[in-house]
Amino acid sequence: MLRVDVEKQLGEFSLHASFTSEGRVIGLFGASGAGKTSLVNMIAGLLRPDRGSIVIDGETVDDTAAGVHVPAWRRRIGYVFQDARLFPHLNVAQNLDYGRRMNGLAADPAQHKRIIDLLDIGALLGRRPGKLSGGERQRVALGRALLSKPRLLLLDEPLGALDESRKLEILPYLVRLRDEANVPMVYVSHDAAELRQLATQIVMLKQGRVTSFGGVKVLTS
Amino acid sequence: MSEISPAEWTAILLSLRVAIIATLVATPFGIALAWLLARRDFWGKSLLDATVHLPLVLPPVVTGYLLLLSFGRRGPVGSFLADHFGIVFSFRWTGAALACGVMAFPLLVRPMRLSIEAIDRRLEQAAETLGAAPWKVFFTVTLPLALPGVLAGMVLGFAKAIGEFGATITFVSNIPGETQTISSAIYSLIQTPDGDAAAGRLVIVSIVLALGALIAAEWFARRATARLHGN
Repeated sequence: MLRVDVEKQLGEFSLHASFTSEGRVIGLFGASGAGKTSLVNMIAGLLRPDRGSIVIDGETVDDTAAGVHVPAWRRRIGYVFQDARLFPHLNVAQNLDYGRRMNGLAADPAQHKRIIDLLDIGALLGRRPGKLSGGERQRVALGRALLSKPRLLLLDEPLGALDESRKLEILPYLVRLRDEANVPMVYVSHDAAELRQLATQIVMLKQGRVTSFGGVKVLTS
Repeated sequence: MSEISPAEWTAILLSLRVAIIATLVATPFGIALAWLLARRDFWGKSLLDATVHLPLVLPPVVTGYLLLLSFGRRGPVGSFLADHFGIVFSFRWTGAALACGVMAFPLLVRPMRLSIEAIDRRLEQAAETLGAAPWKVFFTVTLPLALPGVLAGMVLGFAKAIGEFGATITFVSNIPGETQTISSAIYSLIQTPDGDAAAGRLVIVSIVLALGALIAAEWFARRATARLHGN
Protein backbone atom coordinates (compact mmCIF):
# COMPACT_ATOMS: atom_id res chain seq x y z
CA MET A 1 0.00 0.00 0.00
CA LEU A 2 1.20 3.47 -0.84
CA ARG A 3 -0.19 6.59 0.74
CA VAL A 4 1.10 9.95 -0.49
CA ASP A 5 0.05 13.39 0.66
CA VAL A 6 2.73 15.93 -0.09
CA GLU A 7 3.34 19.57 -0.91
CA LYS A 8 6.46 20.91 -2.52
CA GLN A 9 7.35 24.32 -3.92
CA LEU A 10 9.92 24.15 -6.74
CA GLY A 11 10.55 27.69 -7.92
CA GLU A 12 7.36 28.88 -9.58
CA PHE A 13 5.95 25.39 -9.67
CA SER A 14 3.90 24.06 -6.81
CA LEU A 15 3.19 20.39 -6.37
CA HIS A 16 0.35 19.28 -4.14
CA ALA A 17 -0.54 15.65 -4.59
CA SER A 18 -2.45 13.22 -2.50
CA PHE A 19 -3.56 9.67 -3.21
CA THR A 20 -3.75 6.24 -1.60
CA SER A 21 -3.37 3.14 -3.67
CA GLU A 22 -3.40 -0.62 -3.24
CA GLY A 23 -2.77 -1.12 -6.94
CA ARG A 24 -0.10 -3.53 -8.11
CA VAL A 25 0.99 -1.11 -10.78
CA ILE A 26 0.14 2.51 -10.14
CA GLY A 27 0.37 4.47 -13.37
CA LEU A 28 1.39 8.06 -12.81
CA PHE A 29 0.16 9.84 -15.89
CA GLY A 30 0.67 13.43 -17.00
CA ALA A 31 2.31 15.74 -19.51
CA SER A 32 5.94 16.66 -19.04
CA GLY A 33 6.20 19.33 -16.38
CA ALA A 34 3.20 17.99 -14.46
CA GLY A 35 5.42 17.08 -11.53
CA LYS A 36 5.65 13.31 -12.07
CA THR A 37 9.39 13.00 -11.53
CA SER A 38 9.38 15.29 -8.49
CA LEU A 39 6.63 13.17 -6.97
CA VAL A 40 8.53 9.94 -7.64
CA ASN A 41 11.74 11.47 -6.26
CA MET A 42 9.87 12.26 -3.06
CA ILE A 43 8.63 8.67 -2.79
CA ALA A 44 12.23 7.52 -3.33
CA GLY A 45 13.52 9.91 -0.67
CA LEU A 46 15.74 11.85 -3.08
CA LEU A 47 13.59 14.96 -2.61
CA ARG A 48 12.15 16.14 0.66
CA PRO A 49 8.55 17.37 0.76
CA ASP A 50 7.89 20.81 2.26
CA ARG A 51 4.83 19.45 4.00
CA GLY A 52 3.02 16.15 4.19
CA SER A 53 3.65 12.46 4.58
CA ILE A 54 4.46 9.32 2.63
CA VAL A 55 3.62 5.85 3.92
CA ILE A 56 4.86 2.67 2.24
CA ASP A 57 3.51 -0.67 3.44
CA GLY A 58 2.52 0.85 6.74
CA GLU A 59 5.94 2.42 7.35
CA THR A 60 5.99 6.20 7.49
CA VAL A 61 9.03 7.24 5.46
CA ASP A 62 8.18 10.94 5.44
CA ASP A 63 6.18 12.96 7.89
CA THR A 64 7.13 16.61 8.07
CA ALA A 65 4.87 17.26 11.08
CA ALA A 66 6.68 14.58 13.09
CA GLY A 67 10.09 15.40 11.58
CA VAL A 68 10.40 11.96 9.97
CA HIS A 69 12.53 11.58 6.87
CA VAL A 70 13.97 8.16 6.10
CA PRO A 71 16.94 8.67 3.75
CA ALA A 72 16.72 7.09 0.29
CA TRP A 73 19.29 4.42 1.05
CA ARG A 74 17.21 3.02 3.91
CA ARG A 75 13.84 2.95 2.10
CA ARG A 76 14.33 -0.31 0.21
CA ILE A 77 12.85 1.17 -2.93
CA GLY A 78 14.02 0.20 -6.39
CA TYR A 79 14.26 3.05 -8.87
CA VAL A 80 14.60 2.66 -12.62
CA PHE A 81 15.48 5.97 -14.21
CA GLN A 82 14.77 7.06 -17.75
CA ASP A 83 18.53 7.17 -18.36
CA ALA A 84 19.42 3.72 -16.89
CA ARG A 85 22.28 5.21 -14.79
CA LEU A 86 24.36 2.06 -14.80
CA PHE A 87 27.72 2.47 -13.10
CA PRO A 88 30.20 2.92 -15.95
CA HIS A 89 33.16 1.54 -13.99
CA LEU A 90 31.42 -1.77 -13.25
CA ASN A 91 30.44 -4.50 -15.68
CA VAL A 92 26.86 -5.76 -15.98
CA ALA A 93 27.29 -8.53 -13.40
CA GLN A 94 28.79 -6.09 -10.87
CA ASN A 95 26.02 -3.57 -11.56
CA LEU A 96 23.42 -6.28 -10.92
CA ASP A 97 25.11 -7.28 -7.68
CA TYR A 98 25.52 -3.74 -6.35
CA GLY A 99 22.26 -3.46 -4.39
CA ARG A 100 22.72 -6.84 -2.75
CA ARG A 101 26.24 -5.88 -1.62
CA MET A 102 25.18 -2.48 -0.30
CA ASN A 103 22.28 -3.93 1.66
CA GLY A 104 24.42 -6.75 3.02
CA LEU A 105 21.97 -9.37 1.72
CA ALA A 106 23.02 -13.00 1.37
CA ALA A 107 23.48 -14.24 -2.18
CA ASP A 108 20.27 -15.64 -3.62
CA PRO A 109 21.27 -17.64 -6.72
CA ALA A 110 17.69 -18.73 -7.44
CA GLN A 111 16.34 -15.20 -7.55
CA HIS A 112 19.43 -14.03 -9.41
CA LYS A 113 18.87 -16.63 -12.12
CA ARG A 114 15.15 -15.99 -12.29
CA ILE A 115 15.58 -12.26 -12.88
CA ILE A 116 18.42 -12.70 -15.35
CA ASP A 117 16.25 -15.15 -17.31
CA LEU A 118 13.17 -12.96 -17.03
CA LEU A 119 15.06 -10.04 -18.55
CA ASP A 120 17.23 -12.08 -20.94
CA ILE A 121 20.44 -10.45 -19.81
CA GLY A 122 22.53 -13.56 -19.19
CA ALA A 123 24.63 -12.95 -22.29
CA LEU A 124 25.54 -9.42 -21.20
CA LEU A 125 27.04 -10.15 -17.78
CA GLY A 126 30.68 -9.58 -18.72
CA ARG A 127 30.10 -6.37 -20.67
CA ARG A 128 30.62 -2.76 -19.69
CA PRO A 129 27.58 -0.40 -19.83
CA GLY A 130 29.26 1.60 -22.61
CA LYS A 131 29.01 -1.46 -24.87
CA LEU A 132 25.25 -1.97 -24.42
CA SER A 133 22.36 -0.72 -26.56
CA GLY A 134 19.75 1.56 -24.97
CA GLY A 135 17.28 -1.30 -24.59
CA GLU A 136 19.86 -3.62 -23.05
CA ARG A 137 20.91 -0.90 -20.62
CA GLN A 138 17.33 -0.43 -19.48
CA ARG A 139 16.86 -4.18 -18.96
CA VAL A 140 20.02 -4.31 -16.84
CA ALA A 141 18.80 -1.29 -14.85
CA LEU A 142 15.53 -3.15 -14.20
CA GLY A 143 17.43 -6.22 -13.05
CA ARG A 144 19.71 -4.15 -10.84
CA ALA A 145 16.74 -2.51 -9.11
CA LEU A 146 14.90 -5.83 -8.63
CA LEU A 147 17.94 -7.65 -7.25
CA SER A 148 18.21 -5.17 -4.39
CA LYS A 149 14.92 -6.79 -3.23
CA PRO A 150 12.87 -3.62 -3.03
CA ARG A 151 9.40 -3.49 -1.48
CA LEU A 152 8.34 -0.97 -4.13
CA LEU A 153 9.68 -0.38 -7.61
CA LEU A 154 9.61 3.10 -9.14
CA LEU A 155 9.90 3.36 -12.90
CA ASP A 156 10.27 6.87 -14.26
CA GLU A 157 9.56 6.76 -17.99
CA PRO A 158 11.79 3.72 -18.40
CA LEU A 159 10.99 3.67 -22.13
CA GLY A 160 11.25 7.42 -22.57
CA ALA A 161 14.75 7.42 -24.03
CA LEU A 162 14.06 4.58 -26.48
CA ASP A 163 12.76 4.69 -30.04
CA GLU A 164 9.50 2.95 -31.02
CA SER A 165 10.99 -0.40 -31.97
CA ARG A 166 13.05 -0.56 -28.78
CA LYS A 167 9.97 0.26 -26.74
CA LEU A 168 8.18 -2.71 -28.25
CA GLU A 169 11.23 -4.78 -27.36
CA ILE A 170 11.08 -3.81 -23.65
CA LEU A 171 7.31 -3.71 -23.06
CA PRO A 172 6.85 -7.50 -22.93
CA TYR A 173 9.53 -7.66 -20.22
CA LEU A 174 7.66 -5.10 -18.16
CA VAL A 175 4.43 -7.06 -18.53
CA ARG A 176 6.23 -10.22 -17.40
CA LEU A 177 7.70 -8.29 -14.50
CA ARG A 178 4.28 -7.11 -13.41
CA ASP A 179 2.88 -10.64 -13.56
CA GLU A 180 5.84 -12.57 -12.16
CA ALA A 181 8.13 -10.39 -10.05
CA ASN A 182 5.60 -9.77 -7.29
CA VAL A 183 6.84 -6.26 -6.47
CA PRO A 184 4.35 -3.38 -6.48
CA MET A 185 5.29 -0.67 -8.95
CA VAL A 186 4.78 3.01 -9.60
CA TYR A 187 5.05 3.50 -13.33
CA VAL A 188 5.50 7.05 -14.62
CA SER A 189 4.61 7.85 -18.20
CA HIS A 190 3.13 10.49 -20.47
CA ASP A 191 2.09 7.74 -22.89
CA ALA A 192 -1.49 6.58 -22.33
CA ALA A 193 -1.07 3.50 -24.53
CA GLU A 194 1.87 2.31 -22.46
CA LEU A 195 -0.07 2.69 -19.22
CA ARG A 196 -3.12 0.92 -20.61
CA GLN A 197 -0.94 -2.13 -21.12
CA LEU A 198 0.78 -2.03 -17.75
CA ALA A 199 -1.07 -0.15 -15.04
CA THR A 200 -3.82 -1.44 -12.80
CA GLN A 201 -4.58 1.99 -11.34
CA ILE A 202 -4.05 5.50 -12.64
CA VAL A 203 -3.12 8.70 -10.89
CA MET A 204 -3.51 11.57 -13.32
CA LEU A 205 -1.35 14.59 -12.61
CA LYS A 206 -1.86 18.01 -14.13
CA GLN A 207 0.23 21.04 -13.19
CA GLY A 208 1.15 19.63 -9.84
CA ARG A 209 -2.36 18.47 -8.86
CA VAL A 210 -4.06 15.08 -8.98
CA THR A 211 -6.97 15.56 -11.38
CA SER A 212 -8.29 12.01 -11.56
CA PHE A 213 -7.72 8.71 -9.90
CA GLY A 214 -9.07 5.27 -10.65
CA GLY A 215 -8.90 2.37 -13.07
CA VAL A 216 -7.24 2.46 -16.47
CA LYS A 217 -10.48 3.82 -17.97
CA VAL A 218 -9.73 7.30 -16.62
CA LEU A 219 -7.12 7.52 -19.41
CA THR A 220 -9.81 7.71 -22.06
CA SER A 221 -11.45 10.82 -20.68
CA MET B 1 79.36 14.15 -19.08
CA SER B 2 80.46 11.39 -16.78
CA GLU B 3 78.56 9.22 -14.34
CA ILE B 4 76.36 10.42 -11.50
CA SER B 5 78.45 10.73 -8.33
CA PRO B 6 77.44 9.32 -4.90
CA ALA B 7 76.77 12.85 -3.61
CA GLU B 8 74.44 13.46 -6.54
CA TRP B 9 72.71 10.15 -5.93
CA THR B 10 72.15 11.19 -2.33
CA ALA B 11 70.39 14.35 -3.49
CA ILE B 12 68.32 12.44 -6.08
CA LEU B 13 67.23 9.76 -3.61
CA LEU B 14 66.46 12.35 -0.96
CA SER B 15 64.37 14.31 -3.46
CA LEU B 16 62.46 11.16 -4.38
CA ARG B 17 61.87 10.28 -0.73
CA VAL B 18 60.75 13.83 0.13
CA ALA B 19 58.44 14.06 -2.87
CA ILE B 20 56.94 10.58 -2.41
CA ILE B 21 56.23 11.10 1.30
CA ALA B 22 54.87 14.60 0.65
CA THR B 23 52.54 13.27 -2.06
CA LEU B 24 51.32 10.27 -0.06
CA VAL B 25 50.61 12.30 3.06
CA ALA B 26 48.95 15.12 1.11
CA THR B 27 46.70 12.80 -0.94
CA PRO B 28 44.02 11.93 1.67
CA PHE B 29 43.78 15.59 2.66
CA GLY B 30 43.67 16.51 -1.01
CA ILE B 31 40.82 14.09 -1.75
CA ALA B 32 38.83 15.29 1.27
CA LEU B 33 39.32 18.93 0.34
CA ALA B 34 38.59 18.30 -3.35
CA TRP B 35 35.33 16.62 -2.39
CA LEU B 36 34.43 19.44 -0.02
CA LEU B 37 35.09 22.11 -2.65
CA ALA B 38 33.33 20.17 -5.42
CA ARG B 39 30.28 19.04 -3.49
CA ARG B 40 29.54 21.20 -0.50
CA ASP B 41 28.46 24.77 -0.04
CA PHE B 42 29.44 26.29 3.26
CA TRP B 43 30.34 29.57 4.82
CA GLY B 44 33.95 30.53 4.08
CA LYS B 45 34.29 28.23 1.07
CA SER B 46 35.88 30.95 -1.12
CA LEU B 47 38.29 31.77 1.67
CA LEU B 48 39.29 28.13 2.04
CA ASP B 49 39.71 27.83 -1.71
CA ALA B 50 41.90 30.94 -1.77
CA THR B 51 44.00 29.72 1.16
CA VAL B 52 44.71 26.43 -0.59
CA HIS B 53 45.84 28.29 -3.70
CA LEU B 54 47.97 30.76 -1.75
CA PRO B 55 51.26 28.81 -2.07
CA LEU B 56 50.81 28.97 -5.84
CA VAL B 57 50.91 32.78 -5.90
CA LEU B 58 52.87 33.72 -2.79
CA PRO B 59 56.63 34.06 -3.18
CA PRO B 60 57.97 30.61 -2.10
CA VAL B 61 60.34 32.32 0.31
CA VAL B 62 57.31 33.75 2.11
CA THR B 63 55.67 30.33 2.37
CA GLY B 64 58.95 28.90 3.66
CA TYR B 65 59.30 31.68 6.19
CA LEU B 66 55.71 31.20 7.42
CA LEU B 67 56.43 27.48 7.82
CA LEU B 68 59.55 28.33 9.80
CA LEU B 69 57.56 30.63 12.07
CA SER B 70 54.79 28.11 12.72
CA PHE B 71 56.46 24.69 12.34
CA GLY B 72 60.00 25.66 13.44
CA ARG B 73 61.41 24.46 16.75
CA ARG B 74 60.05 27.56 18.50
CA GLY B 75 56.92 27.95 16.43
CA PRO B 76 53.57 27.20 18.12
CA VAL B 77 52.76 24.12 15.98
CA GLY B 78 56.37 22.96 15.76
CA SER B 79 57.00 23.02 19.50
CA PHE B 80 53.67 21.31 20.20
CA LEU B 81 54.40 18.47 17.76
CA ALA B 82 57.97 18.11 19.04
CA ASP B 83 56.94 18.02 22.72
CA HIS B 84 53.91 15.74 22.36
CA PHE B 85 54.70 13.50 19.40
CA GLY B 86 58.45 13.83 18.92
CA ILE B 87 57.91 15.06 15.36
CA VAL B 88 60.56 17.62 14.38
CA PHE B 89 60.49 19.48 11.10
CA SER B 90 63.18 22.11 11.32
CA PHE B 91 66.38 21.25 9.43
CA ARG B 92 65.17 17.70 8.83
CA TRP B 93 64.09 15.95 5.65
CA THR B 94 60.60 15.75 7.15
CA GLY B 95 60.52 19.56 7.04
CA ALA B 96 61.50 19.42 3.38
CA ALA B 97 58.59 17.03 2.82
CA LEU B 98 56.23 19.41 4.65
CA ALA B 99 57.38 22.38 2.57
CA CYS B 100 57.08 20.39 -0.66
CA GLY B 101 53.65 19.08 0.36
CA VAL B 102 52.33 22.57 1.07
CA MET B 103 53.73 23.95 -2.16
CA ALA B 104 52.40 21.02 -4.20
CA PHE B 105 48.97 20.97 -2.54
CA PRO B 106 47.11 23.34 -4.91
CA LEU B 107 48.35 21.40 -7.94
CA LEU B 108 47.44 18.12 -6.30
CA VAL B 109 43.91 19.19 -5.35
CA ARG B 110 42.93 20.72 -8.67
CA PRO B 111 42.65 17.61 -10.90
CA MET B 112 40.98 15.75 -8.04
CA ARG B 113 38.40 18.47 -7.68
CA LEU B 114 37.76 18.66 -11.43
CA SER B 115 37.29 14.90 -11.70
CA ILE B 116 34.85 14.85 -8.78
CA GLU B 117 32.93 17.76 -10.34
CA ALA B 118 32.76 15.86 -13.63
CA ILE B 119 31.03 12.85 -12.06
CA ASP B 120 27.34 12.59 -12.91
CA ARG B 121 25.64 13.04 -9.56
CA ARG B 122 22.69 11.04 -10.81
CA LEU B 123 24.92 7.96 -10.55
CA GLU B 124 25.36 8.70 -6.87
CA GLN B 125 21.58 9.05 -6.51
CA ALA B 126 21.15 5.68 -8.21
CA ALA B 127 23.60 4.15 -5.73
CA GLU B 128 21.63 5.68 -2.88
CA THR B 129 18.35 4.18 -4.09
CA LEU B 130 20.12 0.79 -4.23
CA GLY B 131 20.76 1.03 -0.50
CA ALA B 132 24.23 2.57 -0.31
CA ALA B 133 24.85 4.83 2.68
CA PRO B 134 26.59 8.13 1.81
CA TRP B 135 30.07 6.89 2.77
CA LYS B 136 29.54 3.73 0.73
CA VAL B 137 28.45 5.85 -2.24
CA PHE B 138 31.72 7.75 -1.89
CA PHE B 139 33.92 4.65 -1.81
CA THR B 140 32.06 2.56 -4.41
CA VAL B 141 31.02 5.21 -6.95
CA THR B 142 32.58 8.64 -6.41
CA LEU B 143 36.16 7.61 -5.64
CA PRO B 144 36.48 4.88 -8.30
CA LEU B 145 35.12 7.24 -10.96
CA ALA B 146 37.43 10.01 -9.77
CA LEU B 147 40.43 7.70 -9.51
CA PRO B 148 42.16 8.79 -12.73
CA GLY B 149 41.87 12.42 -11.58
CA VAL B 150 43.15 11.46 -8.14
CA LEU B 151 46.16 9.78 -9.70
CA ALA B 152 46.72 12.71 -12.06
CA GLY B 153 46.69 15.05 -9.04
CA MET B 154 49.19 12.83 -7.25
CA VAL B 155 51.49 12.81 -10.26
CA LEU B 156 51.32 16.60 -10.68
CA GLY B 157 51.82 17.12 -6.96
CA PHE B 158 54.80 14.77 -7.05
CA ALA B 159 56.32 16.64 -9.99
CA LYS B 160 55.91 19.94 -8.19
CA ALA B 161 57.26 18.51 -4.91
CA ILE B 162 60.38 17.09 -6.50
CA GLY B 163 61.27 20.45 -8.03
CA GLU B 164 60.40 22.64 -5.06
CA PHE B 165 63.18 24.99 -4.03
CA GLY B 166 62.31 28.34 -2.46
CA ALA B 167 60.13 27.27 0.45
CA THR B 168 62.28 24.24 1.22
CA ILE B 169 65.60 26.10 1.39
CA THR B 170 64.02 28.87 3.49
CA PHE B 171 62.44 26.45 5.94
CA VAL B 172 65.03 23.67 6.32
CA SER B 173 68.14 25.15 4.66
CA ASN B 174 70.48 23.17 2.39
CA ILE B 175 72.14 20.38 4.35
CA PRO B 176 73.67 17.63 2.18
CA GLY B 177 72.19 14.25 3.04
CA GLU B 178 69.39 15.73 5.19
CA THR B 179 67.64 18.55 3.35
CA GLN B 180 69.63 19.00 0.15
CA THR B 181 67.25 18.01 -2.65
CA ILE B 182 68.06 18.03 -6.35
CA SER B 183 67.07 21.69 -6.64
CA SER B 184 69.15 22.90 -3.72
CA ALA B 185 72.07 20.72 -4.88
CA ILE B 186 71.94 22.38 -8.31
CA TYR B 187 71.81 25.77 -6.62
CA SER B 188 74.96 24.95 -4.59
CA LEU B 189 76.77 23.42 -7.57
CA ILE B 190 76.33 26.39 -9.88
CA GLN B 191 77.88 28.61 -7.23
CA THR B 192 80.87 26.28 -6.93
CA PRO B 193 83.78 26.41 -9.39
CA ASP B 194 83.83 23.26 -11.56
CA GLY B 195 80.31 22.40 -10.46
CA ASP B 196 78.90 22.79 -13.98
CA ALA B 197 79.12 19.15 -15.04
CA ALA B 198 77.45 17.88 -11.87
CA ALA B 199 74.79 20.58 -12.09
CA GLY B 200 74.20 19.61 -15.73
CA ARG B 201 73.61 15.98 -14.78
CA LEU B 202 71.11 16.93 -12.09
CA VAL B 203 69.38 19.30 -14.50
CA ILE B 204 68.89 16.39 -16.90
CA VAL B 205 67.55 14.20 -14.07
CA SER B 206 65.09 16.99 -13.17
CA ILE B 207 63.89 17.35 -16.72
CA VAL B 208 63.42 13.59 -17.12
CA LEU B 209 61.45 13.32 -13.86
CA ALA B 210 59.26 16.34 -14.68
CA LEU B 211 58.57 15.19 -18.22
CA GLY B 212 57.80 11.67 -17.05
CA ALA B 213 55.34 13.03 -14.50
CA LEU B 214 53.59 15.25 -17.06
CA ILE B 215 53.25 12.38 -19.52
CA ALA B 216 51.86 10.18 -16.77
CA ALA B 217 49.37 12.90 -15.74
CA GLU B 218 48.21 13.24 -19.35
CA TRP B 219 47.76 9.49 -19.62
CA PHE B 220 45.67 9.39 -16.44
CA ALA B 221 43.52 12.25 -17.73
CA ARG B 222 42.75 10.28 -20.88
CA ARG B 223 41.94 7.20 -18.83
CA ALA B 224 39.52 9.31 -16.80
CA THR B 225 37.53 10.27 -19.87
CA ALA B 226 37.32 6.68 -21.11
CA ARG B 227 36.25 5.49 -17.68
CA LEU B 228 33.40 7.97 -17.38
CA HIS B 229 32.04 6.74 -20.70
CA GLY B 230 31.96 3.13 -19.53
CA ASN B 231 34.12 1.62 -22.25
